[in-house]
Amino acid sequence: MSSTTVNLIYLIAGILFILGIKGLTKPATAVRGNMFSAIGMLLAVTVTLLDSQIVNFAYILAGVLIGGIVGAVMALRIQMTSMPQMVALLNGFGGGASLTIALAEYFSVLGVDATSLSELLVPVVLGSGAFGIAEEGTVALTSIGLTVLIGAVTLIGSLVAFAKLQGLIKKSYGLPGGPIGNGLLLLSALVALGCLISNPGQAVTILTLVAFALLLGLFLVLPIGGADMPVVIALLNSYSGLAAALAGFILGNTVLIVAGSLVGTSGLILTKIMCVAMNRSLANVLFGKMAAGGESVDADEIYAGKVTSAQPDEVAVMLEMAKRVVIVPGYGMAMAQAQHAVRELADAMDSRGIEVEYGIHPVAGRMPGHMNVLLAEAEVPYDKLVEMDRINPTFEDTDVVIVIGANDVTNPMARESEGSPIYGMPILNVDKAKHVVVIKRSLSPGFAGLPNPLFAMDHTLMVYGDGKKAVIEMTTALNQV
Amino acid sequence: MEIFILLLALFVLSLFLGVELIVKVPPTLHTPLMSGTNAVSGITLVGALLAAGSDSSPMLVNFLGFLAVTFATINVVGGYLVTNRMLAMFKRK
Repeated sequence: MSSTTVNLIYLIAGILFILGIKGLTKPATAVRGNMFSAIGMLLAVTVTLLDSQIVNFAYILAGVLIGGIVGAVMALRIQMTSMPQMVALLNGFGGGASLTIALAEYFSVLGVDATSLSELLVPVVLGSGAFGIAEEGTVALTSIGLTVLIGAVTLIGSLVAFAKLQGLIKKSYGLPGGPIGNGLLLLSALVALGCLISNPGQAVTILTLVAFALLLGLFLVLPIGGADMPVVIALLNSYSGLAAALAGFILGNTVLIVAGSLVGTSGLILTKIMCVAMNRSLANVLFGKMAAGGESVDADEIYAGKVTSAQPDEVAVMLEMAKRVVIVPGYGMAMAQAQHAVRELADAMDSRGIEVEYGIHPVAGRMPGHMNVLLAEAEVPYDKLVEMDRINPTFEDTDVVIVIGANDVTNPMARESEGSPIYGMPILNVDKAKHVVVIKRSLSPGFAGLPNPLFAMDHTLMVYGDGKKAVIEMTTALNQV
Repeated sequence: MEIFILLLALFVLSLFLGVELIVKVPPTLHTPLMSGTNAVSGITLVGALLAAGSDSSPMLVNFLGFLAVTFATINVVGGYLVTNRMLAMFKRK
């Protein structure tokens, strides 16, 4: 097949990817969009397989078989609550693919057939212009180096993110000096990249680059945890796209560049949305601790004698008289696997003519849109899931708000207490409702480590215990009223 | 060098197109958007196939290509399947 035909088919694939993302702008067209995108992928891969350069199918077959089985098993078995882990892994594999492609491209030009590391490190005398003549060579080597750098950071960073989400790594470790340590690692990687460009025959330069990039990825994500994960996952998503686009520059492949830059911008925009929703800069999320509060807040002082607790059946009586109820879910709902129980409670209210909506904070959960997917799994219609800006004005007309497993995103200190670490963060103004019910295990603070004055307000009732159990008891009681 | 400039132009224009497209995706679909773009970034499979299937190059290149094919295929298959699974749940009953 001529390269003209191949490139035209790549163009069609690119258009299908664009239509695929366009389909995602509405839930009704999203499935079709995903299908378009998959057809584009099938076209691009098929036309590449027909390329005459490909003569050796053994490695391809092995890779496609292993990858296909692993991918399918992951996709079909993963629980919706674990979707952040799945996306973290996919980000990592995306980075890994770009990394290994760049390395393959480099070693194919070098032409060493090494069976051991020491053979690999023997410098190779390259003819001038092995990677391209004059500045073309520099461009090619820079593309290879940057792909290796970003690909390796994405691979390791994502694996660490996965381990943290899965609870395999519980503590946070940082380099001494925080951003300075990471900065030095980045600088070292860039120096190795410079050496690679000036001395392309020395494989040791690219291996050093890989090593520094892996360390950088490790120490970039190790210090970050908990509620900051949505930002990290979105950022690594962006990196995986960027690495793919850079690999496109290495191979001179247009569809890689188009697809990679779409993924790159997607991740970047999600990163920005997450940062805005926490009122923090990206640098602050990556390198800063939550700013130590100017005035220390004493939890006992806020809670002492003011917290009212209630039993689920008391809440049911309250719900029975309500006209409008808003449910505010957080990561705790995912932890308790309470999404189905929550929907059953909503159904019970609905059958009594009570209006029920869900208020979703952008950073609720561990990744963008986490709560929406969980509630969709429980068959909650998506038009009942209302974003922060649209739900906030309705709280004053809401009789009862049920907060389940959310904490910091409802903390009025973000609105009122200047000097508080979360001051300025947009929150769900649940305290404006007539009654607030908070389902929580204890009064322990959320990720920000702050007490929540909401819990001590006169119109707030605390229901202690497991989220799922408490919600089921409320439903049972409501059905008996 | 002319080719590089053309590719660069394609890259920059795609970035702008990406911004226009992505800002229109509603928050409720942000998780499927991420897994869907994971699948799209599996387009590196195209480059991986060329590395894994070339014959003139040393074994090391084929092996790196094999790794790349494996990683990229996980993204393509896993990404599209899990996105489809999620999006099916968003369909109105």
